[in-house]
Amino acid sequence: MNPIAKNSSDAPLMRVPEFGRAPLGSAAEKRLASLWETLPGWRGWLATVDHKEIGLRYIITAFVFLLIGGVEALVMRVQLARPDQALLTPEQYNQLFTMHGVTMIFLYSLPILSGFSNYLWPLLLGSRDMAFPRLNALSYWLFLFAGIFLYVSFPVGQAPNAGWFNYVPLSSLEFDTGPNIDVYALGMVLLGISTTVGSINFVVTLFRMRAPGMSINRVPIMVWGTLTASVGNLLAVPSVSLAFFLLWLDRQTGTHFFDVSNGGKPLLWQHLFWMFGHPWVYVVVLPAMGIVSDALPTFCRRPLVGYAAVALSTMATMLLGFEVWIHHMFATGLPTLALSFFGAASMVISIPSAVAVFAWIATIWLGRPVFTTPFLFFAGFVMLFVIGGVSGVMTAAVPLDFQLTDTYFVVAHLHYVLLGINVFPVVGGIYYWFPKFFGRMMDERLGKWSFWVMFTGFNIGFFPMHIAGLMGMPRRIYTYSGDMGWNTINMVTSIGAFLFAAGILIFMVNALISLKRGALAGNNPWDAATLEWSVSSPPPAYNFAVIPLIASRHPLWENRADEGAARSSLDEGYLLLQGRETLATTPLDARPDLILKMPDDSYAPFFLGLFSALMFAGLLLQWWDFAGLMAIAGGIALTAWMWPGRKQEQSASAMHSARDAEHG
Amino acid sequence: MAKLIPLQEPLPVGSYGKRSNGWWGLLTLIVTEGSLFGYLLFSYFYLAAQTQQQWPPDGLPRLAIPGINTLILLASSGFVWISEYCLKSKKIRSSIILMAVAILLGTGFIMIQLSEWNKKPYTMITDLYGSLYFTITGFHMAHVVVGIIILSLLLLWMMLGYFDDKRHVSVSIGGLYWHFVDGVWLFVFATLYLSPYL
Repeated sequence: MNPIAKNSSDAPLMRVPEFGRAPLGSAAEKRLASLWETLPGWRGWLATVDHKEIGLRYIITAFVFLLIGGVEALVMRVQLARPDQALLTPEQYNQLFTMHGVTMIFLYSLPILSGFSNYLWPLLLGSRDMAFPRLNALSYWLFLFAGIFLYVSFPVGQAPNAGWFNYVPLSSLEFDTGPNIDVYALGMVLLGISTTVGSINFVVTLFRMRAPGMSINRVPIMVWGTLTASVGNLLAVPSVSLAFFLLWLDRQTGTHFFDVSNGGKPLLWQHLFWMFGHPWVYVVVLPAMGIVSDALPTFCRRPLVGYAAVALSTMATMLLGFEVWIHHMFATGLPTLALSFFGAASMVISIPSAVAVFAWIATIWLGRPVFTTPFLFFAGFVMLFVIGGVSGVMTAAVPLDFQLTDTYFVVAHLHYVLLGINVFPVVGGIYYWFPKFFGRMMDERLGKWSFWVMFTGFNIGFFPMHIAGLMGMPRRIYTYSGDMGWNTINMVTSIGAFLFAAGILIFMVNALISLKRGALAGNNPWDAATLEWSVSSPPPAYNFAVIPLIASRHPLWENRADEGAARSSLDEGYLLLQGRETLATTPLDARPDLILKMPDDSYAPFFLGLFSALMFAGLLLQWWDFAGLMAIAGGIALTAWMWPGRKQEQSASAMHSARDAEHG
Repeated sequence: MAKLIPLQEPLPVGSYGKRSNGWWGLLTLIVTEGSLFGYLLFSYFYLAAQTQQQWPPDGLPRLAIPGINTLILLASSGFVWISEYCLKSKKIRSSIILMAVAILLGTGFIMIQLSEWNKKPYTMITDLYGSLYFTITGFHMAHVVVGIIILSLLLLWMMLGYFDDKRHVSVSIGGLYWHFVDGVWLFVFATLYLSPYL
């Protein structure tokens, strides 16, 4: 080996990142585009690792699940609109309410937020991609396959039917002999893998992928929300995956974890489920609250009031969220001391929540609100959050909860919380970022219609449920007798539900029309403050032509808001165009730390996801050999994925020069 | 500060040791996998605390062979660690040999554990304790098998000359996973073998 060859092979291991400009159409910009663009056609479609493409897929897929879950709800509301209806049999009703819950909670509410975060994070943080682009693709494919898996037995009338929290022994083999629960159990383990790898990606992205200068106190609140939720997922998801796995073992092999007659404990299921389930409640709302914290200030024409307080309250909520799971089990006969402790902890959560609420109200109060459609959705969200929060504090009181458990009051509470804090910010968020996603504005007039119809329909539909609950109507009954005194309330609820659905329909019509005919948006139609609005709409494949240098919390408002003298550098920055490159920075101060070599598009995530799903299908059908074969196939896909890549500089330089000699 | 000054000193390029995303990714994987074992052991203690049955059904566990097996597993972790150290000091040949020894020790752990399984008078479905014992040790065994596959791939890649003193991030990351698998065994061992003595 001659010394020159050695030097040339060692040289790329250290490098001063090139600094400069890359305006649209320049040679540097063209090179970037050719490096980052996905191949056209189905190959590129299967292999893409572009976070924007994956984010949109997440949003659209999750929205389809929202529609499916919504139709299930409407069918149930027809059944319940009047007493003694026979549209559905009890068994059909069981499957419908179970699948409605499973769909909304697992297949819609987190995935849609993952979609927003996947699309927006690198743009918010000033990076060219997520930390693990291929893992990102894997998490989407697994989500899609798990969603299909959970629905696979629905058409033949064998869907999960024991409620979304699936208590044993009702869901044990003794009382539920079909494949229904096995589908649920295996599907949830599969979905858990998707959630976990997605969360890993978010956590590492936050700590490593921010533009230089975006220190930890300058990241947008939505990033705080998704980060907190992702850490929560890493700690909580194993609990539910384990619970479902143990249940599957009980049902398939005859183990005794939940088997009462052999010393198993049904309450173990409830503990494992809710140790996951309650943190999950915050997982599906904190990123949505982050959407509001970031987008609402744009329409108040001022920065968010109390940035640090909101960021800290986000994390405090999650932390407390791990210490309240027993409040789902108040009526199970646990010791009073435990009930008191967990009741008190549940009430304490109202403190960080109130901090956020007051910050939003103060932002509106001190700003100059612009009453556009997104603003309406965000302001509506604040109101619904307060109602849902108050009914939450009510059910945290143990004696009241004894009365309200398993009544429609709880149904009302959880819908105010989940629709109020998830669906309203999400729809508002789509109105807000639609121009960034597709380059066109959504229609304002239809937008306002969609808000008011949704908001009215929602309150007509769900507020009376509180009263139905107080009047003693239990949840999950498939019909009721006409002399219970619940007739009017149920009819009103059903009308509200359909009105709400009409609002969603207007929103969808608006989206479809605007996609074709909306006004062209330009880079920053709302005159917003954060980095995603500094790039074109839709953004180019490489996101940022140069990695910007960030000097404040609101890079695009530095010239007007009271931001101090610091100025971010957006047009001039690090070029990084020797292959797919971006900058890694230090976790707290965001000082440049490393030049990252990002992976190319790859089929490995698709195949790993496919083989995993087929393996679970094999387990469901008890085709053990097939399942084993798929496990091996998945292992091969994973090995191919992990093979030390030359482009990522994961392998030795000596090998590079040898290969260069071969190919060069 | 009014103007941002571009960086002057060079940065490492690509996956570089503990600054690589992969290293961070594995740390988060350890957090979530650690939680999984935490919930498994929670289930054990939750059920053990309430059981009316003889616990464990065949009396207090004998410690000699499982104890030795624990040492074997820990030794294997040590060999992986030294193997990585040798790689950093450009002793690639020793690195390969040490990694091979680590794999042998890990395989030894599996063989001994399988014979332990065979000696049990109960199975996974006999009683509650059997369900717990075989599920918990089975979970760990699955991790050991995956770990051995990873170490074998690292060995293969070493022999193919993929790594040198500067670039060996896969060894650091794969090695860390193995240390986790071995570390978590101590918790499993303490729960299944030591806690009945309390």
